[in-house]
Amino acid sequence: MPDNDQPELPGSGKERLSPIPDPHDPGSVQHRETAVAGEEFSVEKQIDLTQKSYSQGELIRRRFFHHRGAMISLGFLLFITLMAVSSIGYGFIPGWWPKDYTVTSTVTDGGRPSLSLFPPVWGEQPFGQDDVGKDYFALTMRGTQRSLTIAFTVGILTTLLGTVIGAIAGYFRGWVEAILMRITDLFIVIPLLVLAAVLGQSSGGGIWPLAIMLSLVSWTGLARLVRGEVLSLREREFVTAAEAIGTSPWRIIFKHILPNTMGTIIVSATLTIATVILLESALSFLGFGVKAPDTSLGLLISTYQNSFTVRPWLFWWPGLIILGIALSVNFLGDGLRDAFDPRQSRSSD
Amino acid sequence: MLRFILRRLGVSALILFLGSVFLFFITVLSGDPLEDLRESRDRTAPQQMEARIRNMNLNEPWYVRYWIWLTGVARCVTLNCDLGTDSRGADIGTALVNAAGSTLRLVTLATILAIIIGVTLGILAAIRQYSGFDYAVTFAAFLFFSLPVFWVAVLLKEYGAIRFNNWIADPAISLTATIVIALLVAFTLASLLGGDMRRRLVTGGVSAVVAFAAITYFDSVGWWRQPALGLPLIILVAAAAGILLTYVAVGRSNRKIFYAALTTVAAGAVGWFVFNGWIVTPTYPLLLLMFGISIVAAIVIGWFWGGWDRNIAIWVSIGTATAFAFATALDQLLRNWGPFLERKPRPISTIGSGSPNFSGPFWTGVWDWGVQLILPTIVLTVISLAGYSRYTRASMLETIRQDYVRTARSKGLSERVVISKHALRNALIPITTIVAFDFAGLIGGAVVTETVFGWKGMGAMFQEGLQRVDPGPVMAFYLVTGTAAVFMNMMADIAYAFLDPRIRT
Repeated sequence: MPDNDQPELPGSGKERLSPIPDPHDPGSVQHRETAVAGEEFSVEKQIDLTQKSYSQGELIRRRFFHHRGAMISLGFLLFITLMAVSSIGYGFIPGWWPKDYTVTSTVTDGGRPSLSLFPPVWGEQPFGQDDVGKDYFALTMRGTQRSLTIAFTVGILTTLLGTVIGAIAGYFRGWVEAILMRITDLFIVIPLLVLAAVLGQSSGGGIWPLAIMLSLVSWTGLARLVRGEVLSLREREFVTAAEAIGTSPWRIIFKHILPNTMGTIIVSATLTIATVILLESALSFLGFGVKAPDTSLGLLISTYQNSFTVRPWLFWWPGLIILGIALSVNFLGDGLRDAFDPRQSRSSD
Repeated sequence: MLRFILRRLGVSALILFLGSVFLFFITVLSGDPLEDLRESRDRTAPQQMEARIRNMNLNEPWYVRYWIWLTGVARCVTLNCDLGTDSRGADIGTALVNAAGSTLRLVTLATILAIIIGVTLGILAAIRQYSGFDYAVTFAAFLFFSLPVFWVAVLLKEYGAIRFNNWIADPAISLTATIVIALLVAFTLASLLGGDMRRRLVTGGVSAVVAFAAITYFDSVGWWRQPALGLPLIILVAAAAGILLTYVAVGRSNRKIFYAALTTVAAGAVGWFVFNGWIVTPTYPLLLLMFGISIVAAIVIGWFWGGWDRNIAIWVSIGTATAFAFATALDQLLRNWGPFLERKPRPISTIGSGSPNFSGPFWTGVWDWGVQLILPTIVLTVISLAGYSRYTRASMLETIRQDYVRTARSKGLSERVVISKHALRNALIPITTIVAFDFAGLIGGAVVTETVFGWKGMGAMFQEGLQRVDPGPVMAFYLVTGTAAVFMNMMADIAYAFLDPRIRT
């Protein structure tokens, strides 16, 4: 009887192997006499190297550019920004629109818009005129400029502030984290609009102080998210390894942990911009945001809200622009979220 | 459980206190309350400045002013509130009582509606992922999320109020509108109930025909100006609710629960005859009493019919009884729409939260503050339900992909049981955490909406107070809304403990 406690040496020829060889494994023992030693055993030969392989950044970019909703939104946003900056000029850039938004003139055709689609005509007053003859296109573009400036400034400031504080709270824990949690609790009892209104009034109505004040109220959401991510990331081995070789905590945070949270930060920053646009319009509507003589889209709607029945265009254009910007920024954020973290069946929203 | 609540109450009180200090500080710092008087050339300006300084204690530093306010509020414990006077010398306490009622009505109703409708839409969209209904709900959620509140409010003022008032003077629904409504109903129901193409076509066709017939009937009978439900329709509505609840809870096989629901409907009909006098001319306490009686009756009926499923039978009976009560109230309201229109030919007014000197039967009075409430509620609900439906849909989708749901399905349980008994509770857990934040957002939305609709509510108090750099009204606003938010947060925590047994300490 063959002794199973002392099997035959492999390669001796007396192993009791099946005579039928495994066709898929050219390295198996049955093939050893016929196979050429070396290349056929290499696993790398069986990987298809003719396909291009992508790095992580390239993968994310590909997913993002294939998201139709996000691409349309990006196009719309670029169009609006270009229009707002180029039409009436910004700073030292001259604009192609001849009328100024502060100049009153005679009211022609009851102030009705001359913009039409059939036949496509731009006309003298594409968005119409208000009741004292100011050109509404210039007014709206100026308001859009203001709103976009505030939104992007607040977005950048919020991202910086929220990321730094969230990272500190998540990595060092301690009193920074406790304060962050209590400040977030504060936002449950004091609504965001109320806080922003009080701070907005103290800023006096200029757009740069207003932008700073608004970013002081918007950073907590991002800070909580970053704190959550840093909390889970700091238990990973690469952080332990970095600590073990004596890396300073700041270097660990900025060079090791934060690059892994980039996805969450970018998505959250985009969605914050959408919230800020709506918040700033609401503040200007109530009178605590951008104040006259400067315009903002919310202020325009507030000024002309009672003329809706007589001059509806005064009301539609700023509202549609706010809606369009907020909607496209939301879609953009959604597309970014899908690009950074595509769950298997698109289960998140 | 009690210790959990007490601990939360303690933390919330601390947060309220700290928040009040912070808000007082930044309000006082936000501007100069005497600014307009400094620039005025009025001869009495110095005296007005003196009066204002006296009213607002402007000579004291901010912490002394805060301490004065705090001691005044502390006296609230003995029901002797002294909230101070605003810059014009009017007592804030009396103004607060009037304002708080209307705002709290608005915000509570909007929250409840937004949660119920938003969560339902989110769950339905998640169950029917990638269907037309799902895409429609997702796009609508995105759209409503991006709408500016004040813009929607002004739009609704125009279309909802002015055009509706014009329409109700001579109501008629054109043929195209009827067809469009019937098609919308058909598409929604077909997409919702799912199934293969043939089943969806049948569902769509049937619902289109029923909707078309119903609208044409209502139109021909002049229902828009003199509506009514009548006892048969009330019984039908309650029975439909009972059947739906039974189906969701136990499916088609358990007859006892079904009989419990039917018995509740019969008891409701009996009660309708017995209490008819009270129903037609009630008062609020009487209404509450009748509702209590119906709930008790439902519990008794469920208890007797229940057998092994006593709990389920009781809840289904309570649900059916609530549906019957709502249908009865709706019937009474509808019957009084005609008399209401006689008193107020243009029913939906856009200014103010109630008509002055309104007199009439009880139910027409309900219509009076109801129609004022309807437009701001629609504005707030629509924007809030976008967030709820998105979060519910995401949470439900994530729950359905879990392993335990796969196990339940592979055990052979019907889809209904899997969703309603296993997945639903776990999907609802994250929602409770956003209720608190969303309530704060709703209060902010209420500030804007009240400005647009001209209500003299808390929002108007806050706005005027802030414009005059007067911390009195602002702190009164904070007191009411902060307490309401804390209460809402508490409710959400209790619901969380109810849904997730792991955290019950």
